[in-house]
Amino acid sequence: MSTPLLQLTGVTKTFGGIHALSGMVCEVPEGKIVGVIGPNGAGKTTLFNTITGAYRADAGEVKLKGVDVTQWPSYRIVREGIARTFQNIRLFGSMTVWEHLLVAQPHSESAWRRLLPIAWANPAAQERAEEVMAFFGLTELRDRPAKSLPYGIQRKVEMARAVTARPKLLLLDEPVAGMNHDEAEEIRSLMIRLRDTGLTILLIEHDMNFVMRLCDYLYVLDFGVLIAEGKPEEVRANPVVLDAYLGKDD
Amino acid sequence: MLIQQLVNGLTLGAVYTLLALSFSLVMGILGILNLAIAELFMIGGYLGFTLIQAGFPLPVAVLAGMTGAAVIAIVIEKVGYQPLRDAPLVTPMLSTLGFSIILQNIATNIWGSDPLQLPIYGDQYTLGPVNIGEMQLLVLGATVVLVALVAYIVQKTPMGRALRAVAENREVARILGVSADRLTMLAFILSGSLAGVAGVLIALHYGAITPYLGVEIGLKAIAVMVIGGTRQIWGALVAGPLIGIAEVLTVAYGGSQVRDFVVYGFMILILLLRPQGLLGGARSDQGQRV
Repeated sequence: MSTPLLQLTGVTKTFGGIHALSGMVCEVPEGKIVGVIGPNGAGKTTLFNTITGAYRADAGEVKLKGVDVTQWPSYRIVREGIARTFQNIRLFGSMTVWEHLLVAQPHSESAWRRLLPIAWANPAAQERAEEVMAFFGLTELRDRPAKSLPYGIQRKVEMARAVTARPKLLLLDEPVAGMNHDEAEEIRSLMIRLRDTGLTILLIEHDMNFVMRLCDYLYVLDFGVLIAEGKPEEVRANPVVLDAYLGKDD
Repeated sequence: MLIQQLVNGLTLGAVYTLLALSFSLVMGILGILNLAIAELFMIGGYLGFTLIQAGFPLPVAVLAGMTGAAVIAIVIEKVGYQPLRDAPLVTPMLSTLGFSIILQNIATNIWGSDPLQLPIYGDQYTLGPVNIGEMQLLVLGATVVLVALVAYIVQKTPMGRALRAVAENREVARILGVSADRLTMLAFILSGSLAGVAGVLIALHYGAITPYLGVEIGLKAIAVMVIGGTRQIWGALVAGPLIGIAEVLTVAYGGSQVRDFVVYGFMILILLLRPQGLLGGARSDQGQRV
């Protein structure tokens, strides 16, 4: 078997004696959509923050393509090809949709060119932004301030921003939270199309039905502990999961 | 002589505008008040002044004032800000206060505490009842150009977009791979350059300079920044002339002893009644938005 894109072994993170994550083990193979589910407070967001280096793991290893990145600063991990979205959408208030896709491509032009308008500074970045806008169906909203758009579209803008720099791994933190069925379906098909372009996706989700019909593999967290894993149909049938999560939530 | 006063007030106001922009570039991104900017302005003035005295042409003097102030701004960032950036916001501000007093002291030691004088630079024109100097026109022209340049950089270029991203949310900017540290340095450099240019222009306009130029004029730009709103480039463009004219008129019709009372009183009034500044935008008493 080839090296998984992302591999966690025994990752532990505590906050003042509380184990937000304990001994987390998981693998994300290239080109797959992997889901992490669990009730609120199960440690899902802590998991993302630890992967991106925003939190430092107290124990265990995070490996990206076999390379141990556990102690790397955030920006290095990001440049190595991890992008993410946030559970509470974090867009820039002063920027249009178009600008979000440009600001997400830093370091791609030389220092002096950064003082030119984008068309001269970096035509490649401009092209990439056009391409991503078209992919996400945002072209007509190009010059709208991103924060003025409806909630569901803001989520798409955030996803588009994360994808623009061509990451290898995309982390999505509850990408369909607060969305209606149609909007969620649209995001689902976008994610499948993204996977088909070769992108690997790890997502945190609350909505069981959504992940069941989307993910190739699932991990179930409860109070920071991995309680089950497997293909969606296996997880669905697992009594431990039913007890800890499904029973309570649905 | 109301029109003459208005012209003089406008010139002074233009310099306030440049300095207010200088303050708000750092304030908007880091949420800290770099008090040393007032002294960068003074040092820039001295550098330009000295070169003009030595017979160099004006562009050389402006460039020297700008570069000198920018270099000191780099030192302040490296020594006074970077090591303290994780401390509470008041800590780096105190360190810039230290820098500003040291800079004033250095200037006093090099140039003495008595005012240096030069004959007024450039020609004087008479337009009906109004006298206007070449230097005054230059101050006004340079201000318009520099404000437009800063607005262009911040609004339209990749660098400006990255600056705005860091100013609004450092964490998200980092996650996008924007190097927040590099941009912090850049904000200091831009801010220092503006202060330096403003210093050279005002020193030559008055034909005189003292080591207290920063305290007398530079700090007033903080009031201008507050009145215009920290996040609005155009706010400074309105508030600068407003304060400049108010000040000159106060001196002309009320007496110079109440001048600062008017300027800083207005600032306090704005803080109490409209903390987001005249033109709106973010509150100037809250630096970073998280």
